Amino acid sequence: MAKHHISTTINGEPVEFLCNTEQTMLDVLRDELHLTGTKEGCATGDCGACSITVDGRLVCACLMLGVEAEGHAVETIEGMADGDKLHPLQQKFLEYAALQCGICTPGFLIASKALLEHNPDPTEEEARYWLAGNLCRCTGYDKIIRAVLDTAADMRGAS
Amino acid sequence: MYAPSFAAPTTVADAVQLLANASGVTRVLAGGTDLLVQLRSGILKPDLIVDTKRIPELRTITTEGGGYRIGASVSGAEAGEHAALSRDWPGVVEAVELIGSTQIQGRASFVGNLCNASPAADAVPALVAAGATVVIAGPNGEREIAVEQVPTGPGRTSLAKGEMVIAVKLPPKPVRTGDAYLRFIPRTEMDIAVVGAGVCVTLDGQGVCRAAKVSLGAVAPTVLVVSAAAAALVGSKLDDAALATLDAAAQAACNPISDKRGTIEYRTRVAGVLSRRAAAIAFKRAGA
Repeated sequence: MAKHHISTTINGEPVEFLCNTEQTMLDVLRDELHLTGTKEGCATGDCGACSITVDGRLVCACLMLGVEAEGHAVETIEGMADGDKLHPLQQKFLEYAALQCGICTPGFLIASKALLEHNPDPTEEEARYWLAGNLCRCTGYDKIIRAVLDTAADMRGAS
Repeated sequence: MYAPSFAAPTTVADAVQLLANASGVTRVLAGGTDLLVQLRSGILKPDLIVDTKRIPELRTITTEGGGYRIGASVSGAEAGEHAALSRDWPGVVEAVELIGSTQIQGRASFVGNLCNASPAADAVPALVAAGATVVIAGPNGEREIAVEQVPTGPGRTSLAKGEMVIAVKLPPKPVRTGDAYLRFIPRTEMDIAVVGAGVCVTLDGQGVCRAAKVSLGAVAPTVLVVSAAAAALVGSKLDDAALATLDAAAQAACNPISDKRGTIEYRTRVAGVLSRRAAAIAFKRAGA
């Protein structure tokens, strides 16, 4: 079967790509578009390493087909910083050393950004539940949660 | 090389025609949170995948005669953000919101949860307790059946070739009615139900239960409707005797398996406990 020709928007830029039906959005991002910031962990929707947003909605790229992106707006980790200027969450993750090996980090950042857009003042419990679909095998989560809550406080203060 | 066909029709009629005319294995793609895992593992190789998310009527929640019609592609997150639905049927909304993580919630649907036909599907006992029905479109037109008539066994449904569920319908909520769903998992989030219990009750002005429906998940090959458990509630104000009868009836209905999440004995015992706790929440929500 011929490949599908898909027109979509990724990080604000119009993007076109070709894909087979069975290729996931994660396969397309990494293998076709070479946007390798989105990581593959489990490939079954359990770990959150491939978190992206589609029309602002947080999803796992491994549980979405590339063909489904037609006409939608996708945001990945590559679009999070503004040029050389890190997003406040990225800056705070560095300050708190909220990462070790880094494989889960893009997913945590995308999911945390979606949390703060949805709820600018989350409680610790709300943040932990929101991020329950993102697994980290290094940090023990505490630094990540602190970084997210501190960013939320900073962003509320700045606005 | 394996290369499935893909279609994203914009009308129910087109979707049904595609499904009915296809040869080989077909699958409907709503949220895809089960389907893509099955594709990835290779246990399923459909010849045709039909994405239903470009059919506008399947993407919306509408009110219908005082009840709700939830399109088959509406995600759990969208259901949770619907204030009126969450107010009227909190048990149903809590059940769908228990499925997976925030990421899964962004895609997973009531209808996908039902048609995947896992015995442990969280949304299903809550829908059954609430008296929900599904609208099925097929080559011979539409038909409407009770939610509990859809799954026929693990991974199997009563849908015929060319048929697809296009909506779940919740009835108008009678006055003094409350619903609740509880599930037990070994941790607080991100696991599959050991037992799930859905209860819906309607009380009279004196707080006496006049109608009830009790449904259990993960304790039999399909979702259970436990009439004896409902009968234990009717006529009561949820006193200790009613609770004990409810507990015993729920346990008696169980026909579970033993697996890594729980033994037959454990599941059976928990089914009784969860039924009691869900009944207490449902009574409270009904105004008891």
